[in-house]
Amino acid sequence: MLGPERMKEIAQRVLALSKAEQTEVLLLGEDTQLTRFANSRIHQNVAERNVEVRVRAVAGKKVGVATINDLSDGALQEVVEQALEIALLQPENPDFQSLPRPRPLPEVESFFQATADHSPEKRAQEIHTICKLSTENRLIASGAFTTSSLEICVHNSLGVFAHAPTTVSDLTVVIMSDDSSGYASASSPDVSDINAEQIGREAIDKALRSHSSKAIKPDEYPVILEEYAVAEMLLYMAYLGFGALAVQEGRSFMANRFGQRITGENISIWDDGLDKSGMPLPFDFEGVPKQRVNLIRNGVATAVVYDSYAAAKEGKESTGHALPAPNTYGPQPTNLFMKPGKATKQEMLASVERGLWVTRFHYVNPVHPLKAILTGMTRDGTFWIEHGEIKGAVKNLRFTQGVLEALSEVRMISEETKLIRDFLGGIRAPALCIDRFAFTGVTEF
Amino acid sequence: MKDIAQRALNVAQLQGASYADVRIIHQQTQSIVVKNGHVEALSHNQNQGVGIRVVVNGSWGFASSSILSVKEAERVGARAAQIARASALVKTSNVALGPPEVHVAHYHTSVEIDPFSVPLQDKIDLLLAADAEMRRVKGITVAKGNMDFVRENEVFASTEGSYIEQEFVESGAGIEAIAVGEDEVQTRSFPNSFGRQQGKAGYEYIGNQELVENAQRTAEEAVALLCAPPCPSRVTTLILDSTQLALQLHESCGHPIELDRVMGEEASFAGTSFLTRDKLGSFRYGSPLVNIYADATIPGALGTFGYDDEGVPAQRTRIVKDGIFVGYLTSRETAAWLGQRSNGTMRADGWNRIPLIRMTNINLEPGTWELDDLIADTDDGIYMATNKSWSIDDKRLNFQFGTQLAYEIKKGKRGRMLRNATYTGITPEFWGSCDAICSEKHWQVWGLPNCGKGEPVQAAHVAHGTAPARFRNVRVGLM
Repeated sequence: MLGPERMKEIAQRVLALSKAEQTEVLLLGEDTQLTRFANSRIHQNVAERNVEVRVRAVAGKKVGVATINDLSDGALQEVVEQALEIALLQPENPDFQSLPRPRPLPEVESFFQATADHSPEKRAQEIHTICKLSTENRLIASGAFTTSSLEICVHNSLGVFAHAPTTVSDLTVVIMSDDSSGYASASSPDVSDINAEQIGREAIDKALRSHSSKAIKPDEYPVILEEYAVAEMLLYMAYLGFGALAVQEGRSFMANRFGQRITGENISIWDDGLDKSGMPLPFDFEGVPKQRVNLIRNGVATAVVYDSYAAAKEGKESTGHALPAPNTYGPQPTNLFMKPGKATKQEMLASVERGLWVTRFHYVNPVHPLKAILTGMTRDGTFWIEHGEIKGAVKNLRFTQGVLEALSEVRMISEETKLIRDFLGGIRAPALCIDRFAFTGVTEF
Repeated sequence: MKDIAQRALNVAQLQGASYADVRIIHQQTQSIVVKNGHVEALSHNQNQGVGIRVVVNGSWGFASSSILSVKEAERVGARAAQIARASALVKTSNVALGPPEVHVAHYHTSVEIDPFSVPLQDKIDLLLAADAEMRRVKGITVAKGNMDFVRENEVFASTEGSYIEQEFVESGAGIEAIAVGEDEVQTRSFPNSFGRQQGKAGYEYIGNQELVENAQRTAEEAVALLCAPPCPSRVTTLILDSTQLALQLHESCGHPIELDRVMGEEASFAGTSFLTRDKLGSFRYGSPLVNIYADATIPGALGTFGYDDEGVPAQRTRIVKDGIFVGYLTSRETAAWLGQRSNGTMRADGWNRIPLIRMTNINLEPGTWELDDLIADTDDGIYMATNKSWSIDDKRLNFQFGTQLAYEIKKGKRGRMLRNATYTGITPEFWGSCDAICSEKHWQVWGLPNCGKGEPVQAAHVAHGTAPARFRNVRVGLM
């Protein structure tokens, strides 16, 4: 970690070197460690230290971006000149207005020293606990334990200056036997929140209960989706439809539907980068403060997120959801929340006469983006429910299901939620009990 | 670079490493995206660093840094050794790499035109010309084009005495037209989906793609798809074009033959494989027509190199012979488990990542059919082209793919265009139903620059050579 003073000094040096009309420098520092285990042994154990300098140069309506991870004076001079050179070489982009101007930045604590200090030895000890428990149950453990310190600094020639350190920790566990598997995971900015033994026991319990799975006929069934599966659906909703550019280009399921009901009334989804129960960060990659954006409120399509480029097209202000430039996919929500309900998973289970319990999804992809139809497989704990009780494991199934239709038939929502790590943030999701979910195929295990 | 590499290896050995290797990489990329008549993004990236992999107390450790100095190499070497000692706290056996691999060599991609020497304006002009052709077609909402160029210089050194210098150059380009209708969005891309067709080659590779010449047709197909009837749901005969067959091969053969995956080392993330060790040499993977091989030596193909990231020479390996599964992709460690020598497939996507078993160029041998004859020989079926969506289970058995374009085939003739076509199946049943493969004339290598694997996720650049092929009794039209 370079720290705020050193990062500011580098950023100021870059701005001073630039001859562009407007210049932005984004510094991304990373000190990440990851321990992977498989077959109940640590087989990969890595550490990375890197600082990337990303310069965006503006000449009128022309924008060029250059990056480098060499902090020497010569390299910084080169990257600044390169950004302007490629900006000047291109035709004007009429949609580009300006880099963002400074706005007051909120404060949110997202750096935890315990995470930054978490050593390879500590990770090994916690993994040893999981592997030992697995072996005692004649099972095989695999998974990954990540601890990461990140530092983000944005400085532009219009006066924006933003700096924040943040930490991320994430433990995923898959426990297997010859004919069963179970999954559990935990994520938090603070590694002290992660109880490795508890996560290991959750996955072991699933693996022990998913032996001797039977095939069931693909059909529409009532389903209980655990938080892991719900988070996966929310991730794809964000990717397909919650960004302003997707709406402007007509490829979002939110396009032309604002003010209309698109899910059941019991569904509310929002993005909040300042909520400490997520993976908070006070600003985006343009240094714009993050705003809470209500995406779906009581089933009604309400809003999408903006970066400065997409906002300027509509004469709006950015909501603080820019990704690092250049970004042709548009703004994205990275701190999603779904409103919890009041049910327990036991109450959900008791309410299902005949149906399925799904732990998580695997290899999900959109089949029809505009209708938000997804396909994917179930994995690591799929069970048959009869008369309100789990009757045994079933072979994994393929689903092909419209997300909005599924969220229109949510019978119960859990009070408990889980934080699941996303590529750039996190998703806090409840479990859902859904009246109908379309399973279209079955596999052999 | 040699002093940094040697110092890192020395420090690792002083810290107790029984084996260490170091990679020092400098990578330069240029990326251009045009959209609707203007340049949407243009970036130039430079990235450098050193990564050190060690075995201490019989376990692996790896550390990396973007700072290239002897002092930092010492720190990173010691860090890797510390991490390896921590790994040894949870081990079941000692790492064994088999016989030493000692190579002192130099390799570089053969290039006619250095893509970084071509004026940026020429590249932008070409993409804008294709963009304009697409937007001339009424009904196109978004027209896109992109180019990507990569130059990577890598030094590999090991405590066994290897010292290998390699330079790779890549060039890629593609266009995409999006048409938006009521409740429908349809996309057509050329030459392939995933943004572009990319190869280990110079700028001459771009000139051969004829982007402008194919822009209007690409856009017209996107618009026509808006009004096309949906693909019906039924079991039928399926003919796949070579681009879609490349992804089919990738997902249902390329991944399940990775021996680290087979041995459970990717279990927690991407999953395992149905091609377990007991199946090697006897399992019927496909029909007798199906012959598949890995070849990291094909000139111009995206998965081609001189030496892998363990310093093992690039090779050609048979995977499926006359329909029988006969070979895996291996590393030094996993090959030793089988009593074999690595077939050279360990690659990392940068200085800050460890090498993993990755596909090289995984290819389906061509057959004898002409495409026109194959369609004429098909009484009732569907032709599908260019991937749109993909999904497969965590043992690589149950798959479902969607394609951008489809046509019905009736009485040996191409019929109506169909939209939102999908097909699904179980891997060995699907390949077992293959009864015709087109000839070498139709065979092409398709570059895939986004193959994800590992944690942290690594994107490998791989490729697949395929010709159109026919499959019987396939379920299509799931939506």
